[in-house]
Amino acid sequence: MRNEKEKILIIGSGLAGLSAALECALRSKECVLVSSAPAQRAQSVMAEGGINAALDTKGESDSPKEHFQDTMKAGCFLADGEAVRGMTEAAPGIVKSLKDMGVCFNLDKNGDPDLRNFGGQKKKRTAFAKSDTGKQIMTALTDEVRKYEASGMVTRLMNHSFETLTFTTPDRQICAGCLIRDDYTGEILSFKSSAVIIATGGMHGLFGNTTGSKLNTGEAAAELYRLGAEITNPEFIQYHPTTVSSGGKRMLISEAARGEGGRLFAMKETEKWYFMEEKYPELGNLMPRDITAREIWNVQKNFPVFLDMTHLPDDIMEKKLSGIVEDCITYLNLDLRKDPVPVEPGIHYFMGGLNADRQHMTNIQGLFAAGECCGLYHGANRLGGNSLLGAIYGGRVAGENACKYSEESTFASGSAHIYDDLPGKCVISDADRELLQRTLGKCMGVVRNEKELQAGLEIIRGLEGDLARLGEAMCSAALERRESRGAHFREDHPDIREEFCKNTVLRR
Amino acid sequence: MKVQVKVFRGRDFNERRPEDYQIFEYTGDEKASVAQLLYELNSKERLVDIHGQTCEKITWECSCFVKKCGACAMRINGIPRLACSFFLYELKSPEITLEPLSKFPIVKDLTVDRSFIFESLKEISLWLEGNARMKPETHEYRYGSAKCLMCGCCLEVCPNFRVGGRFTGAVTPVNMYRILDEQEKNGHRKDMKRSYSKSYYEGCGKSLSCRDICPAGIPVDDLIARSNAAAVWGRG
Ligand SMILES: Cc1cc2nc3c(=O)[nH]c(=O)nc-3n(C[C@H](O)[C@H](O)[C@H](O)COP(=O)(O)OP(=O)(O)OC[C@H]3O[C@@H](n4cnc5c(N)ncnc54)[C@H](O)[C@@H]3O)c2cc1C
Ligand code: SF4
Ligand code: SF4
Repeated sequence: MRNEKEKILIIGSGLAGLSAALECALRSKECVLVSSAPAQRAQSVMAEGGINAALDTKGESDSPKEHFQDTMKAGCFLADGEAVRGMTEAAPGIVKSLKDMGVCFNLDKNGDPDLRNFGGQKKKRTAFAKSDTGKQIMTALTDEVRKYEASGMVTRLMNHSFETLTFTTPDRQICAGCLIRDDYTGEILSFKSSAVIIATGGMHGLFGNTTGSKLNTGEAAAELYRLGAEITNPEFIQYHPTTVSSGGKRMLISEAARGEGGRLFAMKETEKWYFMEEKYPELGNLMPRDITAREIWNVQKNFPVFLDMTHLPDDIMEKKLSGIVEDCITYLNLDLRKDPVPVEPGIHYFMGGLNADRQHMTNIQGLFAAGECCGLYHGANRLGGNSLLGAIYGGRVAGENACKYSEESTFASGSAHIYDDLPGKCVISDADRELLQRTLGKCMGVVRNEKELQAGLEIIRGLEGDLARLGEAMCSAALERRESRGAHFREDHPDIREEFCKNTVLRR
Repeated sequence: MKVQVKVFRGRDFNERRPEDYQIFEYTGDEKASVAQLLYELNSKERLVDIHGQTCEKITWECSCFVKKCGACAMRINGIPRLACSFFLYELKSPEITLEPLSKFPIVKDLTVDRSFIFESLKEISLWLEGNARMKPETHEYRYGSAKCLMCGCCLEVCPNFRVGGRFTGAVTPVNMYRILDEQEKNGHRKDMKRSYSKSYYEGCGKSLSCRDICPAGIPVDDLIARSNAAAVWGRG
């Protein structure tokens, strides 16, 4: 039986969720877009730096092939090559279509999106809108989705959270829809659909004090993990080398600060020690993110580390770094033109997440995942500028395949019995969440070792709650990976090892 | 720095009574924002007010903590601001009063239901039909228009705005500007202009109370003037 009437369910309205909704609408398939907050609040609005696409407008003969190669190399060859090829080939078209939707990219003299250099890529490939790239893209996509909301193709449920998945049979093989909680009234609503797309963002809530959004609690992933969905590569976490603590969270000091000549030093009693310049005379402060983060991590065990920009000329501070200067004045009450800023590496991005195939379907039939909650494109480390791309492209692919799946599915909304597994759900207590965050923060640092991971794992095993089980999976994956690859560094196993050139896949 | 934090926890802000407030003591860095203060109060094992009474955690909305998402808008000492970007060192005396935005229905404590904003944008047909027409000379204004956080601060101070009314407040011209400027001259543009007049232009008293309140630094008055010019006077 063809199933034309049912609506696709999409959970999360960041870039991935909006992109999936748009894809459904373009295919004349109705969808319900559920999110714990309006799209304006999603983490996607926080992205500053840009989005990658080999537009080849800088006379550097760039190509999607090179973008593909850089992405695979950064990910230490763990990502699915075919999936990455699809993404990098689609990228130029995606950036052009964003421009047609009204995204105010910085433009070059030919009217094309201007491109900047970003870490790990030799060619200029990152399109940007000043330091608000995420916000500008989100506004345009939200406007576009609104058109379909008005026509009834997209139904929006804001301030509603994912509660659990429902199934067609008790053995939890095939998805039958979701239970959704109205966050304002507490009411639980049941939605039937053969296809559900999860786009709930990264697992920032496992740590609490990351650079990301407080909305991204990781709870949807934890619940799906409980129900049998696979988690892949949770041990690969990108630390941004220069962040500062602010308001119970971490604030980013963009790489641009060092790009323009900012210097890192450690305060050894009264002496300034420029450790990066000493150890890496060639690239100095501009070594790749993971290496810089590791050096800072090690040095700060003994001495506080600062980023110094006081020597930079006024016009650079004004024209190129004014956003950073302003943020530091607002949030730290510190003027970078006069004083160095104390920095530490901070958790920034989760390469791993729900395990999905190239069609973005998970091991649960009918359950799709896209965006930062899904580990598909970035392998062991992600290139800056690739996650906005991955969220938009992934949302689109998930939307396309969810539509196809729904049309072919024999699951008739209305008639089938629905099994919801709410009874086994275990929400973590505030005290345990706090301990979980503290424990993971300690053992899943920039530099890891067996002793700390083992100790962390023992504490976490004693905690109750599904979020703790997700944390346990992360910790045990880091323990099992007895090598150093990409963002995962083990001081007791500092080399990359051939036998570990495979994705971690975990199932509860 | 030690601060007395007075928090509204009642049901109806416009009929507020002294017993709707609870007072807490907060000791922390003067560089702390109100968001940090709320976060720390809620992180305590037991939240205790100045009378030693154990209280329920304070409900409020937050996401980014860096002025990019608009979630944490609330009245801070009577003025609508984002909790993430008001700092204790800005206080004239060590007392701070936190209240929900008064124009929206209260969900709980400092959380209000701002759905009306999002509904109204649908009503005024805020979207493009066809590709954007991008004029370099308006880039900065379209960029500013797209920065709107939909936080509601400009609606809180507006004497004419109320939830459920036909007048939708400054959010409408701020956001309508980019669409009017980018939209080709087809039927949709005409519809938008008509609904703009009805839902904004005819209701605005031009008091410009909304001028300097925007936490995103959007030039609200400029965008109002530009949207009026494009929608009502047919310029641009
Ligand atoms: C400060 C910062 C700067 C960045 N800069 C860049 C950059 O320059 N370039 C780049 O490519 N990437 C950047 N990133 C990464 C990028 O922003 C994210 O990876 C990307 O936006 C993720 O999009 P998403 O759609 O997957 O999720 P998000 O945008 O995080 O959206 C998640 C959605 O899920 C909802 N949600 C969460 N849990 C639930 C639940 N249980 N129930 C219902 N809804 C739920 C949320 O409300 C939200 O709508 C940056 C990240 C940060 C933090
Ligand atoms: S000018 Fe006055 S009436 Fe008009 S939107 Fe601003 S505050 Fe409201
Ligand atoms: S214009 Fe400014 S104050 Fe008004 S909703 Fe937008 S961001 Fe908030």
